[in-house]
Amino acid sequence: MTEDIKKDITLSLNGRDYQLTVDPRWTLADVIREHCNQTGTHIGCEHGVCGACTVLVDGDPIRSCLMFGVQADSKAIRTVEGLAKDGKFHPLQEAFMESHALQCGFCTPGFLMLAAGVLEKDPAISDEDLEDILSSNLCRCTGYVNIVKAVQTVRDKMGRDQKRSA
Amino acid sequence: MKPASFTYHAPATIDEAVALLGEHAPDDGRILAGGQSLVPTMAFRLARPGHLVDINGVAGLDRVERVGNDLVIGACVRHAAFHEPVLDGPLGAYLSRVVRDIAHYPIRQRGTFCGSVAHADPASEWCAVVALLDATIVAQSTRGERLIPVAEFFQGVMTTSLEEDELLRDIRLPIPAGDTRFGFCEFNRRAGDFAIAMAAVSYREENGVIADPHIAIGGAEDRARRIAEAEQALAGKSPGPDAFAAAADAAATAVDPMEDHATSAQYRRDLVRTLTRRALEQATQ
Repeated sequence: MTEDIKKDITLSLNGRDYQLTVDPRWTLADVIREHCNQTGTHIGCEHGVCGACTVLVDGDPIRSCLMFGVQADSKAIRTVEGLAKDGKFHPLQEAFMESHALQCGFCTPGFLMLAAGVLEKDPAISDEDLEDILSSNLCRCTGYVNIVKAVQTVRDKMGRDQKRSA
Repeated sequence: MKPASFTYHAPATIDEAVALLGEHAPDDGRILAGGQSLVPTMAFRLARPGHLVDINGVAGLDRVERVGNDLVIGACVRHAAFHEPVLDGPLGAYLSRVVRDIAHYPIRQRGTFCGSVAHADPASEWCAVVALLDATIVAQSTRGERLIPVAEFFQGVMTTSLEEDELLRDIRLPIPAGDTRFGFCEFNRRAGDFAIAMAAVSYREENGVIADPHIAIGGAEDRARRIAEAEQALAGKSPGPDAFAAAADAAATAVDPMEDHATSAQYRRDLVRTLTRRALEQATQ
């Protein structure tokens, strides 16, 4: 190919801007891992089935293997590296540890970002809807009971905190 | 599992998008909208488009709005837009019911209504819905705009009457009468998987009998379509177990089901019978 097909983009990843020149065929997952060196986002199936690569794009939980990096130009991307603040774990990370919601940890970043996105959009989500949404990601170690429990714990705690401050 | 190389285009207007598509279609140029079907096929290298025309930045395509008696859904409207009813009345409620069966939540954040119809997977829920409602598909190219009735749109598995240089710009769903009843039922072995069969139904009641019955079957044949034989079994009958069983039998007899390594034609036929009956029962509630 004679023409240069690469594109210049600005990727906002966890609040930090990366100026990158990307090949259009690179998925967002590859750009995050290989070109921003943020390897917390895991790549499992690379065709949208397993959910390990779930990240937030402008607040929406999406599969980063099904979006090209070039499409993320000027969008706000959040990954598992952005969850902890000021050296303190995010409540979901705490709850995953307390509920034994991870074993090998491979699926964990995807579950955390899915849950974080969902709870931000719908803090009072029902148990039924939560189970349905969490069924979109695959875990092959601990099973789903403890993952659901961890996310429910955070949802319930957020709800109580909100009532107290109201 | 990495897509092959392609040239990326990001037009800002519909005119630019169709000009780019017209120019690059002979080079296997394609439209990229939600990418939830196209990108996996590229990852498997089943598709190797030379050019992608990304319409996500095209102004105005993300609108879903009522125009006259139609609900007009633009090419970039995501499945997730239907999680809450997009309009008052039975149609808005129905779309928000059906959307819950489409893939999984993160896929619904990116995938689009029109992309699903353009992709024409027989197991697509929206394909069954547009068939049920006799929707009109609006295609645009540099040659102009073309309105395609849904019955002429689906040609077979992942095959439509769109020309290679045409963008599926929007879909017009006729808004049904306010007393229209709807049902939708699909079967798959795990939630979120592709459906093995599905039934979408609607009817109204006039003087205690069924008027204007629509029954569309998806996932069973090579394309979603209305089943006239099943509709005839309902028209003028009192809504209830007898009429519903007759319509379900008629649908199961009329379809020409696909077969694959896991599912026989007879199994799909039996599913069509059961799902049609359940969808009709749901419509009474």
